[in-house]
Amino acid sequence: MPEDAALTLAEEPQGSGAAPAPAPSPTHETLLYIDGVSVSFDGFKALNNLSLVVEAGELRTIIGPNGAGKTTMMDVVTGKTRPDHGAVSFNGDIDLTKLDEVAIARLGIGRKFQRPTVFEKLSVWENLDLAIKDRRGVFHVLFSRLKAEQRRRIEEILEVIGLADRRHEAAGLLSHGQKQWLEIGMLLIQDPQLLLLDEPVAGMTDKETERTAELILDIARQHTVIVVEHDMAFVRDLGAKTTVLHEGSVLAEGTVEAVQNHPRVIEVYLGR
Amino acid sequence: MGPITSRLATMMTPKGWAALAAALLVFAVVLPVLNLAVPPGSPFHLPDFAVSLIGKYLCFAMLALALDLIWGFAGALSLGHGAFFALGGYCMGMYLMRQIGERGVYGHPTLPDFMVFLDWDELPWYWYGFDNFGFAMLMVMLVPGLLALIFGWLAFRSRISGVYFSIITQAMTFALMLAFFRNEMGFGGNNGLTDFKDILGFTIQSQQTRVGLMIASAVALALALLVCLFVVTSKLGRVLVAVRDAENRVRFLGYSVTHAKLLVFVLSAVLAGIAGALYVPQVGIINPGEFSPANSIEVAVWVAVGGRGTLLGPILGAVSVNAAESYFTGFAPDLWLFVLGGLFITVTLFLPQGILGLLRGLRDRLRGTARTPVAETAGHA
Repeated sequence: MPEDAALTLAEEPQGSGAAPAPAPSPTHETLLYIDGVSVSFDGFKALNNLSLVVEAGELRTIIGPNGAGKTTMMDVVTGKTRPDHGAVSFNGDIDLTKLDEVAIARLGIGRKFQRPTVFEKLSVWENLDLAIKDRRGVFHVLFSRLKAEQRRRIEEILEVIGLADRRHEAAGLLSHGQKQWLEIGMLLIQDPQLLLLDEPVAGMTDKETERTAELILDIARQHTVIVVEHDMAFVRDLGAKTTVLHEGSVLAEGTVEAVQNHPRVIEVYLGR
Repeated sequence: MGPITSRLATMMTPKGWAALAAALLVFAVVLPVLNLAVPPGSPFHLPDFAVSLIGKYLCFAMLALALDLIWGFAGALSLGHGAFFALGGYCMGMYLMRQIGERGVYGHPTLPDFMVFLDWDELPWYWYGFDNFGFAMLMVMLVPGLLALIFGWLAFRSRISGVYFSIITQAMTFALMLAFFRNEMGFGGNNGLTDFKDILGFTIQSQQTRVGLMIASAVALALALLVCLFVVTSKLGRVLVAVRDAENRVRFLGYSVTHAKLLVFVLSAVLAGIAGALYVPQVGIINPGEFSPANSIEVAVWVAVGGRGTLLGPILGAVSVNAAESYFTGFAPDLWLFVLGGLFITVTLFLPQGILGLLRGLRDRLRGTARTPVAETAGHA
């Protein structure tokens, strides 16, 4: 958001140089380690030697102008896109670049897409039922029935996302914001080790945005969460460690304030 | 309620179960009695030709049901289902050929007539075992199932869907038709398999056998309907609806779209094969014409006319379209294809839910209630 950056222009940037963020290195607490990943589409470098470390239990926001590679990064982590170079390791030794979407989802990486994609023909309850943590094998799914504790879990999530009284309605009938919440609920009920949220407040009203920030902070207490977002007000609400992407690599990393005051970030966001 | 009864209750309402039982009673008891026990002079007598016709329609209904499972619920329009039907039919035909024995024109104890005619000395290896009814019935399910497994695995793994899937399934049935036309294949070439004498020791031409085959078709259709209902009311059924709506999203939930589609495709092919196996003894012949691409397309028309994704609709569609065909070909055979084409266009444009959707719409209007489609499939009673 240019105006946000502009607001902080007058302030003194932290650190003198515009040096790029130092290459991160993984520790034993590392959950996700993206190491020198490059992806190009027809010559366009969507990701350019991107390195990123996310610790277990962390809440991380990732910002960047359009085309910075935010969504491509998520595609790489979730197995939708294979990188040309580099490695992505999860939980220490699992190489995500060798797995497909299904295998990665089963490992415990849940993703929320930019546009809400709930299953519109199914009810709110059925959407959660599909997402609930359980074996995913086709024969298991054919014969399985919901257990009492799974029902309770669905009830719980319905309360958390505030859709308890709309459980039997088709998800297609929900408002935009409610669909986003349902989708977050579907992620939660998978009980993933890592949640990737792609622009969770896009198209939401201010009130919905506020409510979503609370929801995400609540989730982050027990989960590792990565949020990709455009909305700076929302990023400030989350108040988490923030990574700025630009032209497919990390431009800056730090607290929201530090990042906002970074001269290169200001330059990039203003486009000059 | 025990777990089994509560599961059965999610498949159909009590009314639905009663209706199924009533339909089965009509086709498996009432109609046979009206044909065999009521004398031909009586107005209640069911004529012999009607028994054959109904038996045939029941097989077509089962084929349409099978297609609805993969098209209506998994969103993959197979335009090659006629091939699975024909393969099941050929397996049954091979059993029936082996039953002829020495009664063939050439009187050879093991070789069917067409092989003697081709100067073959011995039975090809793939004809072994078909003199055994159990083995033949196993093949009726295994051959179409295996073809669907291999073909489906290649197609779904490569994420071939939509119109591309339709085209390659159409190519599959066309290729099989050309292959079966060849005499060297050992399936009777152009003429196919015919001149059947008996099945399980019963004379195939006798009215009792025909009635028995009609009953078997009715029972098979009812069982197939139950199997399909079990699948679509299971969690897998909801996964399939989700696949139809947002295939990629399902993958990110950790479900294998390939496996889900494959399971349903194979099951659907097996049901189509059984339908074909019941069809062949009732019409007395199976030839490569059954593989013709147009046949498979017609099945899709039955499903669309009856109401896609409803299971019951395609059964109604198959019966009503075929009844209309019998009627039209009776007095204006040239007109039929135009009627069929017009029907398909009309249904596509004006009745997206088919006949069943129309009937349900009328019922709801009479009751003055609007029904949400979701409530019906919700398996959390």
